Formats: sequence, structure tokens, C-alpha cells
Amino acid sequence: MAIEAAEVKVIAHLARIGIEEEAVAGYARSLSEILGFVEQMSAVDTTGVEPLAHPLDATQRLRPDEVTEPDQRELYQAGAPAVEAGLYLVPRVVE
Amino acid sequence: MQWETVIGLEIHVQLATRSKIFSGAATAYGAEPNRQACPIDLGMPGVLPVLNAEVVRMAVKFGLAVGSRITPRSVFARKNYFYPDLPKGYQISQYDLPLVDGGALDIELEGGGSKRIGITRAHLEEDAGKSLHEDFHGMTGVDLNRAGTPLMEIVSEPDMRSPQEAVAYMKKLHALVRYLEICDGNMQEGSFRCDANISVRPRGETRLGTRTELKNLNSFRFVERALNYEIERQIDLIESGGEVVQETRLFDVDQGITRSMRTKEEANDYRYFPEPDLLPLEVDARLIDQVRETLPELPDEKRQRFITEYALPAYDAGVLTATRELADFFESAVSESGGYAKRTANWVMSELLAYLNKDGLELAACPVTPEMLGKLVARIEDETISGRGAKDVFEAMWAGAGEPDEVIAAKGLKQVTDSGAIEALIDEVLTNNPQQIEQYRAGKEKLFGFFVGQVMKASAGKANPQQVNDLLKQKLDGS
Repeated sequence: MAIEAAEVKVIAHLARIGIEEEAVAGYARSLSEILGFVEQMSAVDTTGVEPLAHPLDATQRLRPDEVTEPDQRELYQAGAPAVEAGLYLVPRVVE
Repeated sequence: MQWETVIGLEIHVQLATRSKIFSGAATAYGAEPNRQACPIDLGMPGVLPVLNAEVVRMAVKFGLAVGSRITPRSVFARKNYFYPDLPKGYQISQYDLPLVDGGALDIELEGGGSKRIGITRAHLEEDAGKSLHEDFHGMTGVDLNRAGTPLMEIVSEPDMRSPQEAVAYMKKLHALVRYLEICDGNMQEGSFRCDANISVRPRGETRLGTRTELKNLNSFRFVERALNYEIERQIDLIESGGEVVQETRLFDVDQGITRSMRTKEEANDYRYFPEPDLLPLEVDARLIDQVRETLPELPDEKRQRFITEYALPAYDAGVLTATRELADFFESAVSESGGYAKRTANWVMSELLAYLNKDGLELAACPVTPEMLGKLVARIEDETISGRGAKDVFEAMWAGAGEPDEVIAAKGLKQVTDSGAIEALIDEVLTNNPQQIEQYRAGKEKLFGFFVGQVMKASAGKANPQQVNDLLKQKLDGS
């Protein structure tokens, strides 16, 4: 399965990764090769095999419904670039 | 052309846990910004989510109540998109293996009868935070208190054919999650949110038309208004030669219209994949049995029982079982009244609900207790007071005047049921109105009401009206 240049750009946009125009062809080739490698799996007969949800053969442990986290807002916000009125400030986004 | 509407709803129910779905931060509403956002909610590197057991139990409880299959092994997935109030860059949700699979809810139709609405699935997920776009020098403020709040998204089949059916389904679901005590149902605070998928097609057509998704329908009234608007819009569009575009539309409450948010072409590609930080969730038969034992009597069962046990009309039973609190109030009051169910139902549905509505009070804050109302009904039944007098007693109790017997004594509302005393009053009225007697006996029968009124007035409203009627009739017609 070959990845086209246009798809590389869409994927980069969805992942919010900026890539140079001249690098697109290289990414397309590399991604295609990776997919080609994975595609070898298609040759295996997987009838009756359940899709693997997690590599560990274990199930989720649950925690009791208790509030265990104290308020440490000041500590967490000490590393934030901009804070006001208790809010984290980010460049404006409006849909 | 005749058009048919097809509606499916996606309802987000905020589960009423103390802590978040994947962290031990509090979920209480109304805290100062970011006081309830811990490193897991903030998406700090290196943290791991741990699933809240209560969230699982609540979803199982819902599943059992609507006849779903509980998936023995369900899987969490990452839904990837970028937005500042989603600091991880993905929302942990469920995708191809949701915890609750299938089910149904019966709604009552306006013209009588009921209709079964299919439930496709219900899955668990975390809520995002809140973005504030105003007042921050051109920046966006982010509050992550809500991030990680447990949500259950309930997806219906496209089984509804009108906005009224959609509202009926939504109300039914709202009542159910409150009965189950898994959600506080507070729509202003966003605990119960609705998105609607809607399309139209020519009547008789079996294929579905192109649908739009409506967002921001946060009250029953908005749902109905937004759907009605959208039906008109889609039909007008098609009839004038256009085509409906598959897109997300936002309901504008002020203008009562829907407007396009984003079309499918530019819609997010969420790139779901299994969440590597969480193992598959196994729910065994033992847990399911434990949860089953905590199931309360469900609204439909309660409604049916009210009809048979209390011999109430279906309408009354429906009103009284709308919420668990009101049903409990009614049952306590009936028991206190000595079993006079219909009269108690009337008082709950008329006076009580009217007073609550007038004062904008919740039932929990009602100044009249079920015991007080039950005793009041008992006093009407044993003829201590008339229905008219009982209204005065109720008003006084509402204002805090105390128990019914105290109010009756203090206001002197005890009915006169001594027939000798009533006869004396009647004789007095008859003596004072000889002309009216003559007219009455000459055939002017409506004067009977005049005599009743005079006697009641003479008794200061305390005479038992039935006795007055009977005795008066005897005197006027018999002698």
C-alpha cells in the first residue's frame, strides 16, 4: 500500500507536525515501506483469531471511587507559560 | 410531498461519582478553575490512568435497566484531536468494544400507546476541559476541572419519527438515570447533554436521507425547537432543488436557528486505536449479579404498580412516577392518609406541584412533608374539614404554620357536622328568605344554590356541604 504525498500532508496536519515541502516525498516513501512491511501480516490466516487489544495478557485493575488528589494548582501552574485567574492561557482558538 | 423525519439521539450522561474516571481528583461542580485538575487530568508526561470501579458499576446498572448485553471484555480507545482543553491530545473513550451493547427504552406516545426505541450502545469516556475565549488579552483561558469527568454516551437507533418522540425518549432516559442514581440530571450544569442526528425522506422511502448532527441541545425545549427548525430547513432545501450536506450544526438559542459548524470534508479524522495505557476491562457475572441486586424499581414498573395497587388512572401514575422523589412522596402521603390514594394523588398533582412551581422549589425543599399532606387528606376523608377548608390549611402549612390538626384548630376550620346545628342554620336562612322559598317552590329550582350559599355563609364556611345539601333538600322539597 503506497502513501501519496497528499496523504502525508493530511497526516502531518492531523498530528500538527510541520514538514518541509521537499521532505514530503521522502516521508511518503518511508511510510509506504513501513506499511509494506506490516502488510506481510495479510498473508497469515487469522480466521478465528481475536484482535489483540493489549500486548499484556492481563485485565484492568480498578480503583475505588475516592478523592485522593489534593488541590496543588499553584505547583502545577508554576511551570505554565501563562496563567491568569487560575486559568491556563494559550494562544486564542475559536472554532 | 409527504415527508418523514428520522431522528437518533446521542446523550452524554455525567456519572455521579466523587472522583474522576481515571484519576483521584474531585468532580464537584463549581470549584475555582483548575482546583480539581491533577497531573493525570493535565496530561503530564509519565502519568497513567486508573479506571474508577464505580464508573463501571454505574454503566452496568444502566445496561441492566435497559436490557443490554454487558460486554464481558470491553476495550478503551484513544480518540485523537487537538484542542487546548484536551491536554493529552486525545480523549480516552471506547470504540469498537463498548461496555454496554444494545438495549431498548419504551416511550409513551401522546395519543396513547407506546413505542420501543432501540439503544445501539453506551460507552464510557472522559470529558474534556472548558475553554474561555473572552477577556484574556486575546488569549484563551483553559479550566481543566471538568477534564476527566466520567461520561457515559448513550447512542440510540434512528427510531424516532418526530421531535415529540425525541423529547419523550430524552425525558424517559433522564428520569431513568436519576432513578438509577447514576446521574444528577442537572442540565444547566451539563450533567445531561444531547446531540441529535436528523434527516428527512419522502414517506414510504426506506433508505435514509443525508443527516445533519445538531449540537448544544441542552434543554428539552431546545431539542424540540432545534429539531422543528432543522426539519423545515431540510425540507425547504430539498424542495427547492438543493441537497442536504452532511455536517455538524449548532443550535443558536437566541435566534432559534441552526447554523453550520463544520462539514464532513473538514471534519476530524479521529484515528481511533486501542488505548495502550489501559488493559481490557473484564466484567464478570459476579459483578453483574451484585449490580443487579442494587437495581431499584424502575419507572415503568412503578407506574404499572401505581395503576394496579392504587387504582390510579394511567395519567396520574405517569405524573407521580416522573421522578423517584415524587413517587416516594406520594407513597408516604397515601400511607399516612389511611390509603386514600386518588385524593392524595389529586392533592400532590394539583396543589403541591402548583405551589412548588410557583415558588420555584425542588421537592426536597418542600415545606409540606408527605406526612402533613397525608394527615390533611385524612381530615378531608373523615369530614373534619371541607375541601375548601383544606385548601386554606394547605396554604397555611406551606407558610410554615405547622401540622394540619394545629392549623385546623388555630383557624377554626373544623367542619360542623352536627345535623342539629346545621338544621338550625337552615331554618334561620329559610325564615329570612320567604320570597325565595315561594319562587323556588314555583319551579325556580336554581335558587337551591342560593340557599346552599346562604347556609354556608351563615356557618362561616364550616358546615359540611354535603349535609347542608341533603338537609336543605329535605326541608324544601319534603315539607
